[in-house]
Amino acid sequence: MARVTIPIGPQHPALKEPESFIVTLNGENIVNLDMRLGYNHRGIEKACEQRTYVQALYLLERVCGICSHSHSSCFIQAVEEIAGLQLPPRAVYIRTLIAELERVHSHLLWLGVAGHEIGFDTLLMYSWRDREAIMDLFASLTGNRVNYGMNTLGGVRRDFTKEQLTEVLKVIDICEERTKYYIEVCTQEPTVINRLSGVGTLSHDDAVRLGTIGPTGRASGVNKDVRREDPYLAYGDLSFNVIVDNHNDVFGRAVVRLLELMETYKMIRQIIAKMPDGPITVKAPRKVPAGEAFSRYEAPRGEDTHYVKGNGTDKPERVRVRAPTLANLQSVAKMLENNNLADLPIAIAAIDPCFSCTDRMIGTISSTGARDSIRWDNMRNYSIKWYRKQGIDFTDLNRKLAKKQE
Amino acid sequence: MSALSVILVFLGYFLLLSFLGTAAEYIDRKLYARMQNRIGPPWFQPYADLIKLAAKEDLIPEEANSAMFKFMPVLAMTAVLTAYLHIPLWNSTPLISFNGSIIVIVYLLTIPTLTFFLGGWHSTSLYSMIGAVRTLTQLFAYEVPLLLAVLSPAVLAHTWSIADMSEFYSNNPLYALTNSIGFLVALVALQGKLERVPFDMPEAETEIVGGTFTEYSGRLLAMFRLAIDMEVIVGASLIAAVFLPFGLHFGLVIGVILYLIKILFILLLLALLRTVTARLRIEQMVVFCWKYLAPAALAQIFISLTLNWIVK
Repeated sequence: MARVTIPIGPQHPALKEPESFIVTLNGENIVNLDMRLGYNHRGIEKACEQRTYVQALYLLERVCGICSHSHSSCFIQAVEEIAGLQLPPRAVYIRTLIAELERVHSHLLWLGVAGHEIGFDTLLMYSWRDREAIMDLFASLTGNRVNYGMNTLGGVRRDFTKEQLTEVLKVIDICEERTKYYIEVCTQEPTVINRLSGVGTLSHDDAVRLGTIGPTGRASGVNKDVRREDPYLAYGDLSFNVIVDNHNDVFGRAVVRLLELMETYKMIRQIIAKMPDGPITVKAPRKVPAGEAFSRYEAPRGEDTHYVKGNGTDKPERVRVRAPTLANLQSVAKMLENNNLADLPIAIAAIDPCFSCTDRMIGTISSTGARDSIRWDNMRNYSIKWYRKQGIDFTDLNRKLAKKQE
Repeated sequence: MSALSVILVFLGYFLLLSFLGTAAEYIDRKLYARMQNRIGPPWFQPYADLIKLAAKEDLIPEEANSAMFKFMPVLAMTAVLTAYLHIPLWNSTPLISFNGSIIVIVYLLTIPTLTFFLGGWHSTSLYSMIGAVRTLTQLFAYEVPLLLAVLSPAVLAHTWSIADMSEFYSNNPLYALTNSIGFLVALVALQGKLERVPFDMPEAETEIVGGTFTEYSGRLLAMFRLAIDMEVIVGASLIAAVFLPFGLHFGLVIGVILYLIKILFILLLLALLRTVTARLRIEQMVVFCWKYLAPAALAQIFISLTLNWIVK
């Protein structure tokens, strides 16, 4: 067969969200991959500017259907920093508990999706069945299965009883048992190993250069985890290991996520054992003082960052969301170099992409009022000029980095 | 036989085979679902699918070769049905029997795969073409092990007629046990022929959407689906006739029950195989077939030849 170009997306069974990958193939080998983002842009950042902080909190919870608590916690953390609020310890622990439970259901979901992408539907059915236990737990703890609505300015909205916490422990025991089984399946079943190992290789240097984060980076030996490096919520009080793997491929990413689950179970037990008593919220002002804050949060897919700027009113002046997928997406093209078409779905799925969290749009309004989207090179030049005006010059830094690469 | 009776027999076999085929699809889907901890479809699901497809509009791509596009599903179904006429079911005499019929059956069972290739190729969609190329690549991988595995019992029985083979093995059932390696090889190769997990690369939905069948819709797709359902039964019957030729002399009722049990057993093994594995890549499949399946089939032929030599 001659070279052919086939579109994977925006509508394709392998993709759960619309996104376009245009693949040039030589036979079955991928020669070139062209990614187009932006099919899922929803304008959430702009919408936040027209809402009060509490309204924006619920809007941001809907950035992502899987790591909803991550986005809302990350945002509220920044707002609380601007407002100078000190959270009561029980609220901190409840937030941490929800965050870790969310990691469990996100990683189990990923495992199922990965199974489906390599045609192993049994794994999908099994892991999603076990994920149901966590979803039901969320329903009984928070009232919702997906968007929990637990956070509020200055604390959390619901308190948990002793019985509820014992129930959590019970569910965690079941999940731990099942996770051990999945670790066995993924590291011993020959067809799974055949499809995962050596696929989507991303060397340590490339992972650092492309700025990959989260489990994708940790599977390439990037030893970074915000929970350990910049402890937020209750993570400073918990003891846990950061799982790092040196397989550099999809197999490594699966192993990292599965072993991370085991760490998460450990952490949930610690959280429940250490859960302090007391109030769950402090009184928060309606208007947040002027100021800005930047908050980091280890979402299941990697580091999530939010930037919030307040101007003294009850509405934020600017909210910026950097979802983990944005940091990892660039590495996909590198991973797929010289790979097989059959590996494309699993290599994309292995970064656990969430495209709707990632899609942004930058528009310019010219003096005549005509609206136009900005081109990449123009935007780059614009940003260089903007930073020079601020007295920051990246040219030297870029040269240094290039030298280091050589 | 007069022309009318030939047509009636053919029609009768068609109805029988489509009934068995849809039943096999239901059983396969139910088993697959139960093994995955799901409930699975109700018994009429295959019929509902076929009726729904038949009620839909046939869409033929403008670029496609319309004649070939329409003809391929019919050819696939006819070839499968013709192969079925040559296979002994509940006794050792099939409807049509002659020396060399086993070669004809394997040949007829290759035609559906070729129609998938031609149908995909002539629909000119990129996904279909990649699926078509994969279908053909896969054919070269599993066809030789399948042929070798099916022929080694024939070597032992000194005949190329499947009727005589069944007769030979039902008189000497212990000989059939020596063909167990061939049985396993044929099962795995049949899974490849039926394009099911782990060998479903030609229609891997997460990679190439619908593969060869991407552009097919309506009645034409229904015909292809029915042809694949029938192929399951024909393939299982072939394996049952060649490798499990037990209890062929107990009359119609017990014979039919035994035949159904054999088919169910093979369906169970096929469903189990597809439950516990992930989809391989096309080059992994080719390597697997030539590195492991073909030598295993050759070993089976070697066993048959040695037995021949010892018995003489």
